[in-house]
Amino acid sequence: MEISYYPGCSLKTSAINFERTALSTLEELGIYALELPRWNCCGVMFSQSADNLMLQLAPARVIMEARETGRKRLLTLCSMCYNTLKRSLLFFKRNGEKLKKINAFLKLEERDFSAEGVEVIHLLTLLSELDTSNFKMKIKKIKSNLKVASYYGCLLTRPREIALDGVENPQIMEKLLEIAGFQTVNYPFKTDCCASFQVVNRRNVVKKQIRKIVTSAVRNGAEIFALSCPLCEYNLDSVQQELAQEDETFTPIPVLYISQLLSLALGQDPKLNDFSLHRIDPRPLFKEKGLL
Amino acid sequence: MAINLSREIVHSLEREKIKEIGNTNFYLCYQCGNCSAGCPCAEEMDILPHRAVRLAQLGQFSRLIESKAIWVCAACITCSVRCPRGVDIAGFMEACRQIVLRTRKVDHLSPVELDAQLLKELPQIALINNFRKFTG
Ligand code: SF4
Ligand code: SF4
Repeated sequence: MEISYYPGCSLKTSAINFERTALSTLEELGIYALELPRWNCCGVMFSQSADNLMLQLAPARVIMEARETGRKRLLTLCSMCYNTLKRSLLFFKRNGEKLKKINAFLKLEERDFSAEGVEVIHLLTLLSELDTSNFKMKIKKIKSNLKVASYYGCLLTRPREIALDGVENPQIMEKLLEIAGFQTVNYPFKTDCCASFQVVNRRNVVKKQIRKIVTSAVRNGAEIFALSCPLCEYNLDSVQQELAQEDETFTPIPVLYISQLLSLALGQDPKLNDFSLHRIDPRPLFKEKGLL
Repeated sequence: MAINLSREIVHSLEREKIKEIGNTNFYLCYQCGNCSAGCPCAEEMDILPHRAVRLAQLGQFSRLIESKAIWVCAACITCSVRCPRGVDIAGFMEACRQIVLRTRKVDHLSPVELDAQLLKELPQIALINNFRKFTG
């Protein structure tokens, strides 16, 4: 099966390990993700300024590119891209007037923009649609007793209209991890915000959140985090390292994109993961658990 | 602090602006406090989210606009999904920030003044996101 794929900025830079492992995991399961021939940054966050249409141009252009491929579905790996594109699509479906305006603007490019005929889908949803028994059959590593805390953050499940699973207690990641033979842990902060972009100028707000989230996950037995947002990844990884330097009672745990774990379980080449990108090195733990 | 509830203040222009930019009717709020209870940034705020909404209902926009709270908000949408009255508080917060950015024309943060080392380290997803919230 072929599907259009929108990478977004991070997947080519800080989250290159996410892209490589996600695409190879999909390929192993029979899905070929074809990168859009042309794409631009979606703007990272869906614009909440309802009156400023200019901010909808970036996602509109991505949607337009996707439509032009003729394939209905557009895959995203990054939670933020997913949120922005999906909300933008919905925004134009609901606001015919605004769609007309954008179209008038884009006429200069001689292209036709419409919100119909495209569906934005996140990696997690795509994976969970697949035949479970086929997935299970392909798992090469013996059942791992690695205990994983799924971290959803904000944008996979909020607002409700674009949520890919339950808003307060999503399970989609846990289900996938369990299929791949991992153990999952329950903890109450999996959809709590890490304080996101505040890391640029209010790092203390992020630190407070990360301490709370990590402490709770660890107390509930977590040895590692699985997630799908490059910003959560940076915040969890870098801030944990900082907290550990300041306070020796703080236990940091590695932070992995969920596809990294799936790819390892499928027995794929560990080199797909550039482990040097991790501040908290997961390799010792993987070796101990027989995943490397 | 004394609150001026004159007709002009309560019916000021900002109230329509906030409704329009934030695309939400904050008059629906009945002050249950759910939004503040779940807000991950509440501790750092000078005015809690439900109080910010109340101030807006009473037309006290100058206090809102001077507040630190609107800049501490991480736009996580937790408040909006939990509001029993369907108020989009995250949108409301954005509208308050936008009013400041648009009318005062002073950015909340100046990218050129950020520490060079930090700029190198931060992924672009953090920077773009931040600049879109804090610069006009
Ligand atoms: S959750 Fe909604 S109704 Fe309750 S205080 Fe907040 S804005 Fe008002
Ligand atoms: S969107 Fe802002 S106000 Fe609402 S819960 Fe998140 S940080 Fe708090």
